[in-house]
This record gives sequence, C-alpha cells and structure tokens, in this order.
Amino acid sequence: MGTSRYDRAITVFSPDGHLFQVEYAQEAVKKGSTAVGVRGLECVVLGVEKKSVAKLQEERTVRKICLLDDHVVMAFAGLTADARILIDRARIECQSHRLNVEDPVTLEYITRHIAELKQRYTQSNGRRPFGISCLIGGFDLDGTPRLYQTEPSGTYHEWKANATGRNAKTVREFLEKYYTTEEVNTEQKTIKLAIRALLEVVQSGGKNLEIAIMRKGQVMQMLDVDTIDKYVKEVEKEKEEEAEKKKQKK
Amino acid sequence: MECLIGIRFNDYVLLAADTVDARSIVVMNHDEEKFCKVSDQVMMAVCGEAGHTDNFSEYIQKNVKLYKMRYTYELSPQATAHFTRRTMAEYLRSSTPYNCNLIVGGYDNVGNKAELFFIDYLASISELPYCAHGYGGYFVLSTMDAHYKPDLPLEEGIKLLKLCIQEIGKRFLVNLPLYKVKLINKDGIQDLPTIQGADLVKYQVRPIGGDASAAPMEIGRA
Repeated sequence: MGTSRYDRAITVFSPDGHLFQVEYAQEAVKKGSTAVGVRGLECVVLGVEKKSVAKLQEERTVRKICLLDDHVVMAFAGLTADARILIDRARIECQSHRLNVEDPVTLEYITRHIAELKQRYTQSNGRRPFGISCLIGGFDLDGTPRLYQTEPSGTYHEWKANATGRNAKTVREFLEKYYTTEEVNTEQKTIKLAIRALLEVVQSGGKNLEIAIMRKGQVMQMLDVDTIDKYVKEVEKEKEEEAEKKKQKK
Repeated sequence: MECLIGIRFNDYVLLAADTVDARSIVVMNHDEEKFCKVSDQVMMAVCGEAGHTDNFSEYIQKNVKLYKMRYTYELSPQATAHFTRRTMAEYLRSSTPYNCNLIVGGYDNVGNKAELFFIDYLASISELPYCAHGYGGYFVLSTMDAHYKPDLPLEEGIKLLKLCIQEIGKRFLVNLPLYKVKLINKDGIQDLPTIQGADLVKYQVRPIGGDASAAPMEIGRA
C-alpha cells in the first residue's frame, strides 16, 4: 500500500460507503457565496452574493458570473480558483462544438460536459474534486430557456429555480414557496424573484449583489448597481407593507 | 485560378473574391462564398485547396471567438492576422499543412485605422495598402500602382476595384464572371453589390476584310 502507482487516488470509499473527498468538496460549496438561478418565461436570471470588495481592489476583477458562450451564462459557488479552470474548459468546448457541428451548444450538452469533467476528477489518480457547484443558464437553439445545476460529484439536474452555496437551503425553500408560472411571466418579475430570494440571506443593498440576465437571442446583461438598488428598494417596501398588514391583523 | 483582391484606404477596407468553385476544368458552382467573418471587425478572404479553406478559416474564427469569451475583448485585426500566420506556420511544419492563401482585412476600433494583411500558404505575412492572390495579381497590381490613393472616398474606391476587375476580365485567360465584395469600416462589415467582371468589358472586334478605318464593332460579353 502506498508504494504502488495505482492507488494514489484520494477519492476512495470509506468502509461505510462514503467518498469523503467528494463530501468535503460539497462542504466547500456550502461555504461559498450564495448563487441563485431563476428561469423565466422568456429569460433566465442568475444572481450571486458579492463579497465586499476591498477598498483598493479593482472591482472589475471580482466576478462570479461569467459567459461560457454568447448564449450560456454560469454562476458558481465554491472555490473561485477551481472555477477558473472549469470555465476555461467549458469555453473551449463551446467553440469546439461550434467548429465540429456548426451549431451552438445546447444547455444540456455543456452541462453534461462540465459534469463529466467533474466526475472524472472524483475517480482518477492524483486529482481532487472540483470544489464548486455551478448554475448554468441560457437558451437552446430553438429558444427554450434552461437552467441547470452541477455538483462536485458530477451529477447534474435541470431546475425551474434553484440556489447553491451558503444558506442554499433557506433560499431554495423560499423559491419553492414563491415560484409560480405567473411569478416569472415577465422579465421584471423574474429579476425581482431572484433578488427577493437572495435578499433572504444577503445583506441588503445593490452593491452586495451581482445579477445577470439572459434574454432570448440577445447578449447577456449584467445589471448595474443603480438598477439592482431600485429592485432592492421595491422588495423592501413590499416587505414592510406585508409586515404592516400582519400587525394590523393582530 | 482563383482571385482575391484587397484594398485598404484610410478609413475602410474593400475585399473582393471571385465566386467560381472549380474542379479540374469544370466549374461546380458560380456562387461560392470565399469570405469568412472572423469577428465583428475582421473579415478574411480565403482561396486555395477546397476543404482546406473552410477548415482553416473556421478554425481561426472559433479561436478568435474563444479569445473574446476568455478575455471579454476582441483581438485587433493585426493580432488576428498574426495569430493566423502563426497557426499557418505551425501547420506548415506538421504532417498536415493547409494549402490556402488569405487576405485579412479589418478595422481597428482602438487605433481607429483600417488594416490589410496578405498571408500565403507558406505563412508569410505583409501589411499592405493593396494586394491580390491568384493569377489576378498579375493584372490588378499595376492598375492599383497607377490609380491607388489612400484617401479615396468609398465611391472612388469601388470604382478602382471595378477597374481592377475589368482588367482581369480583359486580359486573363480564365473567365471569372462574378466578384463578391465586402466593406469593412468603423461600423463593422457590410456586403456591397456583387461586381460582374465580364459586364465591364466591351470587346472591340474589327470585321474581317473590312475597312481598317471603319469604326470597330462593340460586342458585349455579358
């Protein structure tokens, strides 16, 4: 044991059937900043909690939402360094797919590709799993909006709305409570739902959020701080009114 | 037998390519597109071995796009041309070299100038005001030597291009009837109307045994 070249994999089963390294990677995700994705009728909205930028730091270089191709956007929670590698591999695959079959990737294709890469890193020598969970949003060639999630283990699922990272459970429960088809039938409502969900766990204020919106056949748009602030104020006002109503009932 | 022409003026570039796709002595297609849009500001005209042309230009196109996805900004026309040359040079020294010639034209939105590059299958590169690939070069370079001015406005530029194509139609053995034309300027890439090479030429033929002083008959070759 230990001297052979073939047992260097760190992801080996524990006697009770756990892959500890994969589970540790999932822990790293749980410590990462919260990310939310909501699929609307004709748009997909991704949002993440933005860690406060140091006073002298260039804000432009801190980004948790990035484009994989013109029609695919990704947000992640976990180790940013690992994400950089994964993002680069995904971008190469997007262009490679275009070169090979003259079509842009479908969302499921690129998600599967990323998940496959993650899975490989849980089963091969001298590697460790990726410590990130990805929310991948965008449009298929036929114009269908899609939202997928991948995890460090290499599993992937499609969602109507989901969250990952710190307090993901709270946010997901919020989304499960409030997501309805009517709630996301316009762009504004979809953005608002995503922001409302994030505000459950994130300190209020536009500068603490990063929101990206993807529209059919258009380039991805990052919302600026003022626009986000407007939504945040709106949400907070509604919350207050709600609280007021409850008080009156009592 | 193919012909690509590129002319760079102060604030725009014109690229023209014939539309003939020939195998041996047979023309397979009269409507071939020999351009490849590399990015919003860069266009490539490609000729050479069929298959190589598409394969190589699409490979460049996807890599330039990948660069944009990675770094959020696009390669300049000059950087694109040199990347293309470098890639060509690497393939030249591999077991699978590409046999195609290119003209890269683009507008640099940062430096605010139009640029034109001539690249051949041996991976040589030159930045030029005007150039041509194929036999057409034998005829058009002298025309442009005589008439080119860097500050010609667009209408005059198109006129110069027509003059070149007319020269090919008149002097070149092979018939290249149609030329597709692209304009690249600060607003991006635009299609210009196709130029009919043969239409521009009126041949002058004297009737056999006729009076030498009689006016020659004009025969259009459309």
